[in-house]
Amino acid sequence: MTTVISIENLDKIFESRDGNTVHALKDINLEVEQGEFVSLIGPSGCGKSTLLRLIADLIEPTSGHLMINGLSPRQARLHRQYGFIFQNATLYEWRTVIKNVQLPLEVMNYSRRERDERARQMLELVELSDFANHYPWQLSGGMQQRVSIARALAFEPNLLLMDEPFGALDEMTRERLNNELLAIWRTISSMTVVFVTHNISEAVYLSSRVVVMSPRPGQIVDIVDIDLPRPRTPETMDSDHYFHLISQVRHLLREAH
Amino acid sequence: MAKTTATPNRLLGWLPEESRLTLLYFCLIIVIIVGGWEGLKWLGQETNYSLNLGPVQIGLSKTRDLTMPHIRDIIGALGEPAQRNGPPLIQQLTEAALFTFREAFLGFTIGTTLGLLLAIIFAHSRLLQRGLLPYVVASQTIPILALAPMVIIWSDKLGARAMGVPIIAAYLAFFPVVIYALRGLSDVPDTALELMQSYAASRWTILWKLRMQNAVPYIFTALKITAPASVVGAVIGELPSGIQDGLGGQIINFSQYYVSGPPRLWATNLITALLGIGFFVAVAVAERFVVRWKYADTIFNRIFVDPVINLFVGIPPLFTSRSTDKKKK
Repeated sequence: MTTVISIENLDKIFESRDGNTVHALKDINLEVEQGEFVSLIGPSGCGKSTLLRLIADLIEPTSGHLMINGLSPRQARLHRQYGFIFQNATLYEWRTVIKNVQLPLEVMNYSRRERDERARQMLELVELSDFANHYPWQLSGGMQQRVSIARALAFEPNLLLMDEPFGALDEMTRERLNNELLAIWRTISSMTVVFVTHNISEAVYLSSRVVVMSPRPGQIVDIVDIDLPRPRTPETMDSDHYFHLISQVRHLLREAH
Repeated sequence: MAKTTATPNRLLGWLPEESRLTLLYFCLIIVIIVGGWEGLKWLGQETNYSLNLGPVQIGLSKTRDLTMPHIRDIIGALGEPAQRNGPPLIQQLTEAALFTFREAFLGFTIGTTLGLLLAIIFAHSRLLQRGLLPYVVASQTIPILALAPMVIIWSDKLGARAMGVPIIAAYLAFFPVVIYALRGLSDVPDTALELMQSYAASRWTILWKLRMQNAVPYIFTALKITAPASVVGAVIGELPSGIQDGLGGQIINFSQYYVSGPPRLWATNLITALLGIGFFVAVAVAERFVVRWKYADTIFNRIFVDPVINLFVGIPPLFTSRSTDKKKK
């Protein structure tokens, strides 16, 4: 097993203009192995999104060590080591669906043929081939988020960072996308996923490990191993062990509060 | 899904119901204006140009033919030659309008380019934006009438006589482009920008693939202001420069001989207005082709239907056209 993400004694303090400081993350230690599906869960304000953005080098840590595939976050970003998925799909409205999927490939100077080919493959993967030439506003929220997943996977990063990707969707759509995400994760072997959510059942259903966090300052309370058998299916949700794990995570969250 | 109306109008049946309605309003307003104009003239004539309302007397001398010629005389003047043995006025004015349009279009192009460049610089440097933007704003507070003669003299001295008028048009044109484009370049959602950062995109890529694309609808709003303004700029520029070939020259000419033929000046103003409107519509049509993503409709609609709505209502029917077009399956 190779370590994809290694975090040691990580601290993040935000300073606002009026001199107030917010201790967003305190003494975070975490290792994520290749091929793992790790969820970060906690109430709003616990710094789970901040942690994800630190990994993505969208913000910089105050102190501590952070390595991605043996590189600094900056280096990892410059080497395009991860795909990032936001809560809102963040599609460019002036681009058709397929052109949105091609965006990272354009930025990374792939040949035109490769761009076309990969984008078509990715749209097949998320079952949106029929909508290739639609504009984002013509799609539902769930479909838009699937496009954004296709876009993140187009350049085949081996690390996927997801920031509450299904948080704005209804329960039925969320369940469907959870299953689709698991299917994709199974297809692309060795892909690591870090998944931020505040939905306990979603975290348990998807993950190999759930990292439970507490707020102000954001700290890791405990890490729960999810030893449910794979592949996970809707039947998994009926098992006693699944319910047991959910209440375990819930208790940890309650204690931390 | 197209709405079906109970009794389709045979003449305008090809237009969507909404456009037919705007067309109707447009015609209605023309009728009101023409009716009001002619009605006022009639009232003046009937009352011997003084309306007696008991204690109040309203002078109607302004409704005489000298100040308010009949509409039919204004239209009629277009068909008659302005000088003996000359071409009909409409031909003379069309040639002048084409001449002025060339100047206006050149000014429009220069102004737009300059405005875009400034906006791009301002979007990338807060310091330059703070330092220079006040001067850009100040530039617009100087009346163009005061500036035009100086620009004409300078361009003459610099040996670029033909550039004087386009520069004045550009001076009016660049300002809205700076303001709107700057807004469009900066009003980018945070996540859209972070997405680019996650791809390790260069500044240039972000400018080209994100900021500029985001600014396109804003820029078109500016261009719709700029297009008629550049016509005004060109006409005003022609006044002190003594250029006889354009609409400005015609306006001076016909105002000097106003007493002998008031309808000619009115006709000239009409043609000038039509030139500005035509330029506006051209920009509106271009917008429908460039800002395709907002509409996703037919080419027919882009060329004919929406400019009609654009012109009469003034804003693109963003939401109405969405609901009437094909939606997701």
